[in-house]
Amino acid sequence: MRVPLSWLKEYVDITLPVDELEERLTLAGLEVANVEYIGVEPPASVRFKKQIKPGDVVTGNGRIAWDKEKIFVGQVVNVEKHPDADRLTLVTVDYGAEETLTVVTGAPNLKPGDSGQKVAFATAGAMLIDAYADAFKVRKLKPGKIRGILSQGMVCSERELGLSDEHEGIILLPDDAPVGAPLADYLGDVVFDIDITPNMIRIASIIGVAREVAAITGADLHITMPAWQTSPPPADDYADVEIIDDDLCHRYTASIIRDVSVQPSPFWMQHRLKLIGQRPISNLVDVTNYVMFEWGQPLHAFDYDKLLARAKAIGKDKVKIIVRRANDGEKFTTLDGVERTLDADVLMICDEAGPIAIGGVMGGLETEVSDETRNVLLESAAFEFINVRQTAKKLKLPSEAAYRFSRGVPPRLNPIGNVRGAQLMADLGGGDIAQGMIDDYPRPQPVIEVPVTARDVQRWLGIDLSQDEIIDILQRLEFETRVEDDVIWGAAPWYRLDVSITADVLEEIARIYGYDAIPETLLADELPPQRRNWAWELEERLRDILVAAGLQETINYSMTSIENYRKTFPDNPEDAPGPEMFVTLANPLSQERSVMRRCLGVSALENLQRNLRYTDRMAVFEIGLGYRPELGDGVLPKEIRLLAIALTGPREPGDWLQGDDSPIDFFDAKGVLEALFERLGASDDVEYRAESAHIFGPKAAGVYLKGQKIGNVGEVHPKVREAFDLGDRPVALAGLQIAPLIPYIQTKKKLRAISNFPAVKEDIALVVDEAIPAGKVAALIRQTAGANLKDIRLFDVYRGDPIPPGKKSLAFSLTFQSPVKTLTDKDASKLRRKIVGRLSREIGAELREA
Amino acid sequence: MSQHQELIQLQAQAENELADARDEKQLEAWRIKWLGRKGLVPAAVKQIGSLPKEERAAYGQAVNRLKQAVQAAFEARRQQLREDAMAAELYAEGFDPTLPGRRPQIGRLHPSSATMREIAHIFAHMGFEVYTARDVETDEYNFQLLNFPKGHPAREMQDTFHTTVPDVLLRTHTSPGQIRVMRERYPEPIRVILPGKCYRYEQVTARSEMMFHQVEGLVVGKNITFADLKGTLQAFVDQLFGEGRQLRFRASHFPFTEPSAEVDVDCILCGGKGCRVCKYTGWLEILGCGMVHPNVLRNGGYDPEEWSGYAFGMGPERIAMLLHGVDDIRYFFSNDVRFLEQF
Repeated sequence: MRVPLSWLKEYVDITLPVDELEERLTLAGLEVANVEYIGVEPPASVRFKKQIKPGDVVTGNGRIAWDKEKIFVGQVVNVEKHPDADRLTLVTVDYGAEETLTVVTGAPNLKPGDSGQKVAFATAGAMLIDAYADAFKVRKLKPGKIRGILSQGMVCSERELGLSDEHEGIILLPDDAPVGAPLADYLGDVVFDIDITPNMIRIASIIGVAREVAAITGADLHITMPAWQTSPPPADDYADVEIIDDDLCHRYTASIIRDVSVQPSPFWMQHRLKLIGQRPISNLVDVTNYVMFEWGQPLHAFDYDKLLARAKAIGKDKVKIIVRRANDGEKFTTLDGVERTLDADVLMICDEAGPIAIGGVMGGLETEVSDETRNVLLESAAFEFINVRQTAKKLKLPSEAAYRFSRGVPPRLNPIGNVRGAQLMADLGGGDIAQGMIDDYPRPQPVIEVPVTARDVQRWLGIDLSQDEIIDILQRLEFETRVEDDVIWGAAPWYRLDVSITADVLEEIARIYGYDAIPETLLADELPPQRRNWAWELEERLRDILVAAGLQETINYSMTSIENYRKTFPDNPEDAPGPEMFVTLANPLSQERSVMRRCLGVSALENLQRNLRYTDRMAVFEIGLGYRPELGDGVLPKEIRLLAIALTGPREPGDWLQGDDSPIDFFDAKGVLEALFERLGASDDVEYRAESAHIFGPKAAGVYLKGQKIGNVGEVHPKVREAFDLGDRPVALAGLQIAPLIPYIQTKKKLRAISNFPAVKEDIALVVDEAIPAGKVAALIRQTAGANLKDIRLFDVYRGDPIPPGKKSLAFSLTFQSPVKTLTDKDASKLRRKIVGRLSREIGAELREA
Repeated sequence: MSQHQELIQLQAQAENELADARDEKQLEAWRIKWLGRKGLVPAAVKQIGSLPKEERAAYGQAVNRLKQAVQAAFEARRQQLREDAMAAELYAEGFDPTLPGRRPQIGRLHPSSATMREIAHIFAHMGFEVYTARDVETDEYNFQLLNFPKGHPAREMQDTFHTTVPDVLLRTHTSPGQIRVMRERYPEPIRVILPGKCYRYEQVTARSEMMFHQVEGLVVGKNITFADLKGTLQAFVDQLFGEGRQLRFRASHFPFTEPSAEVDVDCILCGGKGCRVCKYTGWLEILGCGMVHPNVLRNGGYDPEEWSGYAFGMGPERIAMLLHGVDDIRYFFSNDVRFLEQF
């Protein structure tokens, strides 16, 4: 909402400097998003404004300040034709100085013989906008000869003053403009642009803002209720109004304005509409806009004669306005010329021949006012706000009127707006108003009284206010108050629909008292029972472990595409989860982000795809949710906390130290998992079973925790790699459900006794069948050796001569140590014999000869 | 030649040869020749026995001196050779301390995670527990129970991703967690923060994302006031941005709080003097907050006549952007390593 200060001042005394007023409005919930200075200097506190010099290009409104010593209100004394140019005139201007000045101009709205017009007159040295530059470029006015005649100044256009793009002619000021006054004093202005929160629709008008300014600053209001002069015959003779669906239309008023002539609005109205951001059209249309911005009441003007013609065409001799729901499939052409098909949720303004407007949203083409209009039926009504909002949204017809109706226009405002609008139309169009107002008012606006006590104020806001202080604040807001014991009953003023409970009043008290005046206290209330959030703590622990393992955390979009899932099923795309397996967005921004991901692996591949353009090594992880509708409860999907790890590229970045730059593979990802489980104390419960999954090639394993599968680790299948454009190097990927790991952070690890007795090392190389997993061999060794086996390390895997085909050699380094005695070589070789014996019996292992 | 002269000659010869021993091996050969069991020095000592009795004392003294001197010379020579060898080893290669070191691979938290962790730590000190709630929500929890009836104009402030299941949507704010925690905890007092992802149907630009995080705070108790809200947030901001920050509470509107406020902090970059980041206002908006609306308390199961509460919400990305001078929110979820590596 754009609010010109000059207009605001008509209703409220403003003594505060502009910047202070801006701050007070903002703090009280009328957020000033921007302040424009029209022809006047901004206050010193406005930090961004720099000195403007000729040649600068300025943007936005209020581009330049008008020098009070150089730009004035002038009056045309004489206009003559330029002796040497057909299109130019010589204009002599009185601008309050002793001598008049003569300027050469091409303005088409000054003609030889004219005199008396009030103009914006700039003298030499004034900073103006160059009307002939493409951009708004500042120039300094210099006297010069035009076709041989000295031009001593300039009569200015709106563009030259930086007011608008308009350069068709010069500005002609109202006749009462004071000659010789600095233009900045006469036309200079400040326009606040205020963001309106949904509960504050009452400030979507100048008068609404004025009331707030009065309440906030304590200044006096000067609002007078509009009155009109009417004459017979009465309006009732012209039309009837009947509201059929009063759940959607709470009041409908109509007045009749007769014998108006359509013409441009006067300067003052056009100027105000322009300041507020509206384009002036004609007096009738401008009045409906003007009253909407002044009072907040949207009006609609029908051409009465067209309505009457419609009535007569069906044999009636009087217009009847009927407010009802549309019929399903009913057709109607709005004034933008578009034919629209309606449904029964749309409220229509009709006459007996059919629809003439969509209530609160847009008028109809057939009955709109035109340049030929003589008689007007002026509508001022109140509609159910949610319905208007839905209709405007459904038909994609946003407008200033629909904006206000869709947030609530109080029925008690209807007649005020109607009287004001009718009188302005009569004033500006030279007509008169039929007596009385046609008014159907089936749902009178209720007066809601809300109780509030000093205790409520203390309990909710933490401030001690006396009853009198509370009453004073409420009265500043024009609440009517009465006191009953310790309860103050406040009735909101008629123009507010947002007050219905005590909290609404408490908010108003806080706002006017000032949020900044409320003290700061620390919580003194009872401390709630304290609990730990183990799921969150686990996530944090995993992050720390993985970061310590050298992995970068990522956070990807939760949305992806089914297409990307299909890419992870290169061999059997038909096995990919179908649309029913996804939470699908009804209104995605793009197809790439149209479903919620089921797992994080696809996100990780997307992420690698993007990053491998800049880097060849990636070691990343993500902790986040997967969304599984099929596991959900009711309409909501199950949300599973997941971890993904993705690694690719050289193991170490190449540099002068010549580290290991061989490509990362399966065992790097598995190693990260091992380290992670080790840190959580879960290693003993984890096993890896050789099994692949759609996304992986053969180098993959299922990860099992106490026999339950919790995830996978593997090298991504080359076809998947290709589909995601991930280059030639292996991509190792792991995915885990993390909830099963929670118990491990809830239990503390127990210290294993540290032995001071010497350790004995034994190396043992075993030849086993290729099919026997190393993990199984190691497990058997552990079981057999018992508690004295401190460490087991697989240090070599060998295939080939002299090992027979189909066999492999596994070399383990074993460390034996007892907590209670020194183990002798004899003890160690005994254990070794026991191990070899068991391995030989159970898996046919043979000791490899050294 | 007298025996004494022989001894002097012997010593001179031993020392000369010792000086020629240039490594451990030569030194050992010298030792065997001179000091070994059959070496020249022990042989000279043995000669005592063959001397006439009256000469033995004097010769004995002289040969002992010789033995000690040669022994000492040997030790000195051995020490010298060790030091030479060590020095040769130490300085054998050129050394350039400016060559890059061997770095361990460094992992890092995502800046959003790191910021949320910091926020959670600060609030943990004030007794706030972390409560996690779901992302995919119902219209009821995301809007209706938070006092946004269907068709309410305030819904326009939060453009929503709907799903193909009617009334199921991606939460537009973390606030539905307020209802969930209240329904779970009633009749206990509550002090929680609710971090999580939120989603808005918004074109992605430098300033707006379709996905972002929020950290919501909720306190419910028998005696919770707006003054407590102000105190808590001041304490939080002092810890996050440093002591002595100015806060500005501006009246605002959220359907689920009343009174509602937006909170600005004096610009952490210019200290309030005005700069590009604060758009020359001196203030940075960082939080929305307010007293929990009575309808919302009631929807959570708490009687607003008996209980009151406050709620606040902030965007960790917004805070991270301010703290780190990030001017484009899109960096956060594009996960460009060139961005992530800088934290």
